[in-house]
Amino acid sequence: MTRALSAITNRLVILVPYLWLLFFFLIPFVIVFKISLSTTAIAMPPYTPVLGLADGFSGLMSQIGEFSFDNYLWLTQDALYFNAYVSSVVIAAISTFLALLVGYPIAYGMARAPATIRPTLLMLVILPFWTSFLIRVYAWIGILKPEGLLNQMLLGTGIIDQPLVILNTHTAIFIGIVYSYLPFMILPLYSALEKMDYSLIEAAQDLGCPPISAFWKITFPLSLPGVIAGCLLVFIPAVGEFVIPDLLGGSQTLMIGKTLWNEFFANRDWPVSSAVAVILLLLLVVPIMFFQQAQARAQEEGR
Amino acid sequence: MNRRALWLTAASALIAVVSTASASNAQERVVNVYNWSDYIDSSIIEDFTKETGIKVVYDVYDSNEILETKLLAGGSGYDVVVPTASPFMARQIQAGVYQKLDKSKLPNLANMWDVVSQRTAAYDPGNEYSVNYMWGTVGIGYNEKKVKEALGIDKIDSWDVVFNPEQLAKLADCGVYVLDSPTDIFPTTMNYLGLNPQSTALDDLNKAEEALLKIRPSIRKFHSSEYINALANGDICLAVGWSGDVFQARDRAAEADQGVVVDYVVPKEGAEMWFDQMAIPADAQHVAEAHEFINYMMKPEVAAKASNYVYYANGNKAAQPLLEKDIIEDPAIYPDDAMLAKLFTVAPYDPKTQRTVTRSWTKIVTGQ
Repeated sequence: MTRALSAITNRLVILVPYLWLLFFFLIPFVIVFKISLSTTAIAMPPYTPVLGLADGFSGLMSQIGEFSFDNYLWLTQDALYFNAYVSSVVIAAISTFLALLVGYPIAYGMARAPATIRPTLLMLVILPFWTSFLIRVYAWIGILKPEGLLNQMLLGTGIIDQPLVILNTHTAIFIGIVYSYLPFMILPLYSALEKMDYSLIEAAQDLGCPPISAFWKITFPLSLPGVIAGCLLVFIPAVGEFVIPDLLGGSQTLMIGKTLWNEFFANRDWPVSSAVAVILLLLLVVPIMFFQQAQARAQEEGR
Repeated sequence: MNRRALWLTAASALIAVVSTASASNAQERVVNVYNWSDYIDSSIIEDFTKETGIKVVYDVYDSNEILETKLLAGGSGYDVVVPTASPFMARQIQAGVYQKLDKSKLPNLANMWDVVSQRTAAYDPGNEYSVNYMWGTVGIGYNEKKVKEALGIDKIDSWDVVFNPEQLAKLADCGVYVLDSPTDIFPTTMNYLGLNPQSTALDDLNKAEEALLKIRPSIRKFHSSEYINALANGDICLAVGWSGDVFQARDRAAEADQGVVVDYVVPKEGAEMWFDQMAIPADAQHVAEAHEFINYMMKPEVAAKASNYVYYANGNKAAQPLLEKDIIEDPAIYPDDAMLAKLFTVAPYDPKTQRTVTRSWTKIVTGQ
């Protein structure tokens, strides 16, 4: 009896994430995909056909017949969309690499810190989330602008004699993304490094391996699941990032988030913007699948 | 008080709240208003409720795009909204978003100013769907001190400062922002070039694109709201923007008292006019209350109170004698008759022209 009951609860527990995915991912995706096959119109909602059973089943079928892939063809006709996708991926990739460079030493330091202060260090990493993301990005405007804190400090100490132009450049976007997503990089790295058995390093050193090659031969390979998880957690949201390039970047920055905004709000073309979103999703599904496989493999090995 | 008594009190209080809420739902009249943020003297709403007994649920937005998306999706739940006439409201009227006003319920329409209502009729023929709330211009906001340092002039009076590449280059280092809004900047450019600002001819649009590409290297950023902060903080020296936003920057700079003086000018070549219009969505639930609210807003003393608070011009003729002197006599807010004649309006683009203009704008802004 109790066994049967626990089997049912087990099933229910598994069901919850699937229901979550169904309602908050699959259904919205189907709606967006459906709009991407429609044609823009001056109406409410601003596209046709709008599916409905007003004309019965045959009416519904003829509405479905109006669907077309023209919007996807449109995306291939103007190099703008391709360039925007490429530019987003490049910006996200550079930012991810920089976040790894900054995050790895922090995570390593945390993992090697005395166990008593580790919870405090973890809390400090998460602490910035207590302030609104938007306010933190605005704060960077105050730091980076020509008369901002950074330039005043550098000018005051005589390191530079002309204010650095950082705000409204790609550099500002990299700084913004690395800063905002750094905790997502540090946390998986930390959890991978913390589990590591440091007697392996001692053994390597006893056998005459210098510290640097011990790091590359032992520590880094063992932390690889954390590196992959951290990189994907930073890369995936960074590709579609809109707020950071909008506030910190210059107008010349081409990113897919801004292109999507233009299609949706400036052109009021919900179908084309939906097509842009579907392609963006496909572009991201590949790294997400990769991420899941890496996760699964790491769990297998962990057993 | 022991624990049991505490629970009982709490429970009875809750029941009392719930029952009064449901009782009041039955009789209370409500109007759901959706307006721009920071755009009304809140005492107007309180006075309206006192006078009519209608409760106002007041909600705010900060961009036409947000409003439009809610309206086009349908079922917004709002009874009065305040979209900008062009291109937003004109297109929304075509899409069937609004219902026609019942003018028999709006006797205060007699107070309205024909100068404004004639122009808003370009977007809303016969003004059948909307009534003007506030209006303004697309002009130049600038930092007096920094412009004087760079150009050696006390006051800007011409679009030359923006559209002459050599002049704008002198301001490039201290910072120039331009609205990220092709539907405002293209007509403004064409007006400066002596073309018809309303033109949708490809030739004219190309000429405007060419002129904008020439000044592009001197423009630090295209953005439709950042310039308020940037002007107020003294980070930039010039912005092409909406009058109301620049007045906000001017007031913030004055409040901060850091020596930043922001000024706004309607250049002598003329400028585009914008209008924020009150309208009732087609699916509004409280149509009678919405009419009462709009009619109340057209009372001379109420319209004057609204303008005296937000420092924008309104479309109400009868309210003008009640306006404060520094508003009615400020040519940046109420331009004189000669300037009024030079202000132009632009009807919304058809979808094809809109796409051409947006694409051309992307080329200007990003170089792609």
